[in-house]
Amino acid sequence: MNTHRKCKVLVVGGGPGGYVAAIRAGQLGLDTVLVEADRCGGTCLIRGCIPSKALIHAATKFEELKAHAGNGKLGISISSAPELNLGQTIDWKDNIVNRLSGGVQGLLSKAGVEVIRGWAKFADAKTCEIETADGGQTLHAEHVILANGSSVTELPGIPFGGDVISSTEALSLQEVPEHMVVIGAGYIGLELGIAYRKLGSKVTFVEGGERILPIYDKELTRPIQQWLKKHDVEVITGARAESVDQSGKQPVLHYQDKQGETRTIAASKVLVAVGRSPNTAGWGLENMPVDRDGAFVQVDDQCRTSTRNVWAIGDLVGEPMLAHKASAQGEMVAEIIAGHKRSFEPVAIPAVCFTEPEIVSVGLTPEQAKDKGLDVSVGKFPFAAIGKALTMEAGDDGGFVRIVARNDDHVIVGIQAVGAHVAELSGEFALALEMGALVEDLAGTIHVHPTLSEATMEAALATFGKAIHTP
Amino acid sequence: MGHYSFKLPDLGEGIVESEVVDWYVSVGDTVEEDQHIADVMTDKATVELSAPVSGVIRNVGCEAGAMLAVGAELVLIETEGEGNAPEPTAQPAKAEPAVPAQPAAVAEPEPEIMAPVQKTTISHVPGRHEVLAAPSVRRRAREEDIDLGVVPGTGPAGRITNSDLDNFIAAGGMQAALPVSNLRAARSATTEVPIRGLRRMIAQKMVQSKRNIPHYSYIEEVDVSALEELRQHLNQNRKPHQPKLTLLPFIMQALTKVLPEFPFCNARYDDEREVLTQYEAVHIGIATMTEKGLMVPVVKHGESLDIWQSAAELSRIADAARDGSAKADELTGSTITITSLGAIGGIASTPVINAPETSIIGVNKLQERPVVHNGEIVVRKMMNLSSSFDHRVVDGYDAALMVQALKRLLENPASIFV
Repeated sequence: MNTHRKCKVLVVGGGPGGYVAAIRAGQLGLDTVLVEADRCGGTCLIRGCIPSKALIHAATKFEELKAHAGNGKLGISISSAPELNLGQTIDWKDNIVNRLSGGVQGLLSKAGVEVIRGWAKFADAKTCEIETADGGQTLHAEHVILANGSSVTELPGIPFGGDVISSTEALSLQEVPEHMVVIGAGYIGLELGIAYRKLGSKVTFVEGGERILPIYDKELTRPIQQWLKKHDVEVITGARAESVDQSGKQPVLHYQDKQGETRTIAASKVLVAVGRSPNTAGWGLENMPVDRDGAFVQVDDQCRTSTRNVWAIGDLVGEPMLAHKASAQGEMVAEIIAGHKRSFEPVAIPAVCFTEPEIVSVGLTPEQAKDKGLDVSVGKFPFAAIGKALTMEAGDDGGFVRIVARNDDHVIVGIQAVGAHVAELSGEFALALEMGALVEDLAGTIHVHPTLSEATMEAALATFGKAIHTP
Repeated sequence: MGHYSFKLPDLGEGIVESEVVDWYVSVGDTVEEDQHIADVMTDKATVELSAPVSGVIRNVGCEAGAMLAVGAELVLIETEGEGNAPEPTAQPAKAEPAVPAQPAAVAEPEPEIMAPVQKTTISHVPGRHEVLAAPSVRRRAREEDIDLGVVPGTGPAGRITNSDLDNFIAAGGMQAALPVSNLRAARSATTEVPIRGLRRMIAQKMVQSKRNIPHYSYIEEVDVSALEELRQHLNQNRKPHQPKLTLLPFIMQALTKVLPEFPFCNARYDDEREVLTQYEAVHIGIATMTEKGLMVPVVKHGESLDIWQSAAELSRIADAARDGSAKADELTGSTITITSLGAIGGIASTPVINAPETSIIGVNKLQERPVVHNGEIVVRKMMNLSSSFDHRVVDGYDAALMVQALKRLLENPASIFV
């Protein structure tokens, strides 16, 4: 049965952009409908940020326990090596995902949002046909918020299927592959590859660029390179993956090395992690007169598309494809629709890699600052000199906090860190940039002893003077 | 390979020609289907037109700023697919099939009025800080429409604090930002401003009105003390869903009541045919100041609305005109117009009739004034009405009677509603 209805706000996509937009719109009293084909939560919650963090946590725990087997460590020893049942680990991860997805659903209904489980397809910019399990619905919306998200990018010549997997499948494997070959040493490939290394796989990276994590500078990625080396993880750079032969017992990856020679690696699983592409097909985008910006939907600083009252947020509108950017945009759009004056004008969108060790980057790196013609100084402080880091075995991974500030007025333009647990420092870094903090503001804030955040204060002191705990 | 002739589509009721305000393509450019190619001005709205097919632009119909007739060729596109037009070059005598008589396809059935989209690159790296201010300060500035670039910051490194913003607003906002040193310097520059788009349309309508219509203006004062009391009472006791009442809805209600007695004031005069069309419906144009200039959105069928509905509709159409979402039919078809400068001040005005209407009612500022009432000087709430009439079809005597009838209703507000 096909029913018709009208609403004030239609949100397409229940990921961190769409569900936040819908909750805020509902809270502001707007008649809001959210359409999602899957459970609510999106890539982030169902097959991205959250499940990967669960897997990384379990892998780290397993690796730690292994270190205590036999002779032990820190005076703690266990008599036999720990055993892993990956199926049960995945169940535990799925429970977390279910709990969070249920939570999002609860928040949506509490905010008065109607959630329709179905596939939205636009006949024109404001008319949406929704296929649901019990037939169809036609919705006429005054405002449309497009939050369709992105999908993993497939490599030409290496289609997904069989033992060629994407990050989605990598988060639900039932057995630890003996040898995992990861194509792409960006943050997704590295996070998963490192987790599987900790779980016991042999891991090989095949990267097209010259080095891992090319968006970060070498100083920041060195501790990760060291970890990979220490754990016998091979990284083949400058290599072009061409095809995977799945006819034999094991998949065999064919690639061209730096010299242009064709080489092969046999693997148990080939994980393709070469990025994500916006979801622009299959839902009637072509029927809406909205301008595009390359593969993305073009928006202005209020996330307006070229058609009045059609808004787009998140991965659909461009880099960085990060959940927290999508959420910030979603909240803003809902408020603009409700009549508030808002615009998307963050000083910085912080980014974190949950690699071993972790990387945080907020604002400009020293190199980027120089490229912009800024005259800056850099202050750096190692975790090796932070007491708390040593007490939690986080002082020997080569980690540090680094601050980039302008020489003329000492305004901080970037803060980066690498090291175990540094992701949790990102809040202070982002706040410093948004508040327009000077180096002296961070240096003059008393930081708790003993915590890792002391490294931030010390790096601030080091920028235009001298840190205390430095020779 | 073919040629596609994209003709200027009919963009609204009765529009025979439109101004092409801006071109986004020129001859030789390659365009994609649905690519934005031009902005055209209809009535009082700007409409974006998109290419109906992909191809190469071979001809454009006029220069930016020129008028183009509906049905005239806007662009000729050389397209991969089948065209709808003959080759522009001279054709051999070989009988080319006639151009199918299909109307030019419009890219979208209903061209939506669109706001220009500025491409924004979302960057996770801040560059030079033009403005240094905390998110809370930036948000407040946005809400108050203040450009932080002109606010002096007193914090470290020139950071703008919340109290800087307070001081800036207290000191008179934008004016505080003017460099004082320039105020007394002699200045010699001139600026030429091309009158285009809505401004040109306003200019043409004003000339048409003033040149063709012998205006007769009549100013009368109205004692609105009782009306104000009623208005305040209604506002204090309104239900949550009811809008706050200003004076205008009362004047609209009073007009709908008196106009049936003065049908020549609720009318449109076609001077070429010499026919005066008198309307039973009262469609009230509301002169509205917008960012782009004067617009006159219309409250349709004022006679069918109660006071609350009048107020709600008034604010809806005025908002629509201001934010550019008003549709063509919400900007046309008025039978009488109200223009109010009450909020600014002024004791009288000489409103220009919104041709081809015959009457315009101007509302001046409500003020407490001493008046003689039953032989005593008392303070009353007084407001002037400055109205203009087309003297060709409305005699001064009748116009005065109309205003007096309106005055009687407004001074005895209960009679508006019975």
